[in-house]
Amino acid sequence: MKSRDEIAQTLAACGYIADGELATALALMQMLRRPLLLEGEAGVGKTEVAKALACVHTAELIRLQCYEGLDQSAALYEWNYQRQLLAIEAHRGHADAIEDQIFSEKYLLERPLLAAIRRAQPPVLLIDEIDRADDEFEAFLLELLSDFQVSIPELGTINASTIPHVVLTSNGTRELSDALRRRCLYHYVDYPDVDREARIILAKVDGADASLALQIARMVESIRKEELRKMPGVAETLDWAAALVGLDVRDMHDAPDVVHETLMCLLKTHEDRARFKPEVTARLLGRVA
Amino acid sequence: MSARATTSAFDEFDDVSLRLSTKLASFLRTLRDNGLAVGLAEGQDAAALMAAGYAARPPLLRSAFKHLFSARKSDWDKFDGLFDAFWLGKRVRARSGVTGSARAASNPSLKGLQDAQSERAGGHSATDEAPSSDDEPQERGGEGRMEGASRAENLAEVDFRKLADPEAIEQAHAAAARLAKAMRTRLTRRDLLRRRGERLDLRRTIHRNISHGGVPIALVKRRRKHKPLRLVILLDASGSMSMYTAVFLRFIHGVLDEFREAEAFLFHTRLAYVSDAMKEKDAARALDRLSIMAQGAGGGTKIGESLQTFNRWHAARVIHSRTCVMIVSDGYETGDADLLGREMAALAKRCRRIAWLNPMMAWDGYAPEAKGIKAALPFVDLYAPANTLSSLAALEPYLTRM
Repeated sequence: MKSRDEIAQTLAACGYIADGELATALALMQMLRRPLLLEGEAGVGKTEVAKALACVHTAELIRLQCYEGLDQSAALYEWNYQRQLLAIEAHRGHADAIEDQIFSEKYLLERPLLAAIRRAQPPVLLIDEIDRADDEFEAFLLELLSDFQVSIPELGTINASTIPHVVLTSNGTRELSDALRRRCLYHYVDYPDVDREARIILAKVDGADASLALQIARMVESIRKEELRKMPGVAETLDWAAALVGLDVRDMHDAPDVVHETLMCLLKTHEDRARFKPEVTARLLGRVA
Repeated sequence: MSARATTSAFDEFDDVSLRLSTKLASFLRTLRDNGLAVGLAEGQDAAALMAAGYAARPPLLRSAFKHLFSARKSDWDKFDGLFDAFWLGKRVRARSGVTGSARAASNPSLKGLQDAQSERAGGHSATDEAPSSDDEPQERGGEGRMEGASRAENLAEVDFRKLADPEAIEQAHAAAARLAKAMRTRLTRRDLLRRRGERLDLRRTIHRNISHGGVPIALVKRRRKHKPLRLVILLDASGSMSMYTAVFLRFIHGVLDEFREAEAFLFHTRLAYVSDAMKEKDAARALDRLSIMAQGAGGGTKIGESLQTFNRWHAARVIHSRTCVMIVSDGYETGDADLLGREMAALAKRCRRIAWLNPMMAWDGYAPEAKGIKAALPFVDLYAPANTLSSLAALEPYLTRM
């Protein structure tokens, strides 16, 4: 088991620029064996946390993307019906033998949840956008997360060989149940501050130098303070940084036109785009030292 | 400090551990008082954390407890303040100790609304000789109503503006919240029963028929995912509506909490999107935030302009084919009534139903003569009063039919 400080160091080594509290959260996950629930605006890097965690533990990342109508057969397991049918056709007349055979491991298709509890090494299980799944699925997930066993009627109960590190993310499109919230540790992922965002740009965008990265981070911060419909996330910042670097901008004050035109990387709704007249860009640019 | 270091200092630690656990217990109580859902398991984990050396480093302990005890963003935001106040003896910036919704009536920022409400209500009861909510129950009792009828039921017929004492107001608020909850349960249950399949689900059909040797005897149909009913509420928060705003806010809070799909907007001279503010679990806090937003500039009501904003910027996102738009307003338009008519026409094309709730409709001698309401009425499917709890409840059959 890694201590909090070790985790903080490994996170940095994995190229993830974390705020101080995240390392604590990851240490607690391990210590208390609770899942971690991440909430935050879209685009603040919730999914990245799971990837970083996988890197910290050098574990496999198993991802379950939730959507409306997600059910057990897509999340947990499914029988391989085609093969079962083939087997039945091939062994016509030996009913008992066939039955034992077709409901065996060989015909079982693992889906992410089952896969996560049957690995030799504990993987990181990322349950992405849990708020998109239905209430029923949430209840089922809660049961799985507390018992870590799965019962398959034809095969019996399967106990977890390892307990995965579970990370859940939510965008808040639906209120999650209190039971699930209580089961989990909670971490709110906020937009990074200027310093952290600049470091993220430096780490992820080739060819960005420190002064430009800082300018971009400051500019993005002041854009986020405007009343926008859709706030630009970290991914958008990175796009924008890559665009500016690609267009050979060294200092944003030298090329206000390019800055304004490339804002399309950040502003993704018509309403926001219409609000950002060149004067607004110039005003914000004026504040960026 | 690592776990090993604390073990070496274990004797010292053991001395204080008893005091610590008492302190921890009272911290848990403080958290519960502040609306955090903290269970036994969390308490045990917290004790384990303190024993593991976190207790020696307060910033680390705060961060650890924050992850453990928070369950949502509002908890997350106020946790540092609570922790510092309790363990480090600092003053809490934020208002704390507000639990449950019972305090809603005496909430400082709500006070303005409430005062205005009771003041006007008092004025009316003097001139109209309306029964105050205090003698209402006795009156009903005399008519031989059902035994054991609660006071809330008697409240059902009382016009909201005539509710005077804070207790009755609070009861009406609670009833509005309950009503929203009950409506949700019934509406969604009917949805489930109504599902029928249209297309064949080949995969499941094969699976189901393995016992017949793969001959498809029992067919499995795939059903189309039913879109749940979505409610979009536009609440007029102008001065002329102030007697009703508070109770509708509470109703909307209940609706947003219970309906999986609901959006809310406030308007007076401009439109404000308030669903996010309403998602706050604690009713008192949510209402607090909203009543700040509800305080308009006081320059009349521009329903037409507000609808225009809604149609242009929000309608595409919040309206789908099974959406009911509910406008709660008295229809006193101080802007351009023609614009209101045009925007209502545009809105009517988009959504399935428009219900217009007008609390003044039930007043004696009221006729829809305000310019605004005249322009809007041709596009309204349901025009109903909403001045009492029972008239709110009467909306349910209407919503069910959609």
